[in-house]
Order: sequence, then C-alpha cells, then structure tokens
Amino acid sequence: MSCPVTIRIQPDDFDIAREIAVLTGSRTDIGAVVSFSGICRADEDSAKIAALTLEHYPGMAEEEIRRHAVEAISRWPLNGVTVIHRVGRFMPGQNIVLVLTASQHRQAAFQAAEFLMDYLKNSAPFWKKEESATGTGWVEAQARDEEAAARWTRR
Amino acid sequence: MKVKYFAWVRERVGKAEETIEPPATVLTVEELIAWLSGQSEAYAHAFEKPKVIRAAIDHAHVKADATIAGAREIAFFPPMTGG
Repeated sequence: MSCPVTIRIQPDDFDIAREIAVLTGSRTDIGAVVSFSGICRADEDSAKIAALTLEHYPGMAEEEIRRHAVEAISRWPLNGVTVIHRVGRFMPGQNIVLVLTASQHRQAAFQAAEFLMDYLKNSAPFWKKEESATGTGWVEAQARDEEAAARWTRR
Repeated sequence: MKVKYFAWVRERVGKAEETIEPPATVLTVEELIAWLSGQSEAYAHAFEKPKVIRAAIDHAHVKADATIAGAREIAFFPPMTGG
C-alpha cells in the first residue's frame, strides 16, 4: 500500500479541496479523507487578537513533521498524509495549518489526523506571537497541549 | 559550532545565530546554557529560567543533559506553540 507524504511550510494560503484532490488523485483504494484546518482566532482568553505571527525553525520543522508522519503511517493503515503549515503574519479568520489523512476506513484517518495535530502543537518548532490592543507577546505553551500529545505515547 | 535562537530567546539574545567556541570543559546542553549565561546580560536574560528552554542538536530535540560533542548546530528556543 503506497502512502505518499506531502509536507510543506509556506507563507501562502492553501486550497483544501485542491489538496484533497492531489492526495486522492485517481486512486480508488481510499475510502476516507479527514481534513483538519487550524485557523487564526480573534480572541484568546477574552483578549482580542489583531494578528498572529508564526516563526519556525527551517529544516528542523520539516524534519520533525516528517518524523511524526512516518510514525503515523507505522501506527495506522494510511494511504496518504499531507501537512501544510503556514508561516508569517496572519489576521483572524486566516488559515494557519492543514492536516489531511487518507485511509480505507474513517477510524485510522480520524485518529492519525488527531495524532499529527497533537504532535505538531507540541514538538514541531513553530512559535506564535500575538498582537493585541495592549501590545505584542509570545504565546505561552499550554499544559493541555502537552497532555494531548502525551496520550499517544506507546505504553 | 553554530548556535541558533528562536522566538523570545532570539529577541533576548539579540541575534538569530552565531558561531561559538565554548571551552572544552563545556560538555552538555545545560553546561552550554550556563556558559552562555555568563557571557553577557543579554544571554543571562534569555536563559534566566533554564528549565523553560528547549534545545535541539542537529534538528533533533534533546534534553538538558545531552552531550554537545560533535554537534554541528545547536538551537535554543521556548516551548513550541505551532499548529
């Protein structure tokens, strides 16, 4: 079973429908595609966000995402994985990240997408800086994101 | 070896990357943090809470007690907030 992996880090927006079409192509063995998009929110803990700037560690970010994509493929019967993470400055409502997972059945696709997002938030080298009416500041890592990633640790 | 800094660590240090030559007695990531902290106020500020700082050697996450021997590139950054 072939499982193409596409990983891109880019300033440009992505087109979800187009990315799904690229992932599935003319294949007929895929029965489920799960799509997750992360979008810039306008508020964080009741504070209004004007914009968000995303910085990354070029080289390591791609490698870290690829490591987790490879792990997802080893854990679930996947037919394709796409991860696109944008970097730069974003306004509320704009896309930040896209994860697509394809499989024969939905369970593997759902679980793998959740696994990839939990790890992306926790161990992929990206950092968010918020701009609000009161100034700018780096977003602090959330304990809940660490807990979300920890539940995937093999026992 | 090359050292890179990201997010607020970069802002506090005041540069994104540099080449450093720590003394041979500096063997681990935490020893390198301690040595850098002694170089100037800026580094001391960046590394004032060493337990918060994450490190990577040659693009792989490492713990504070990891050895830096043979490292080509070491990066220091805060906990990640992508996604």
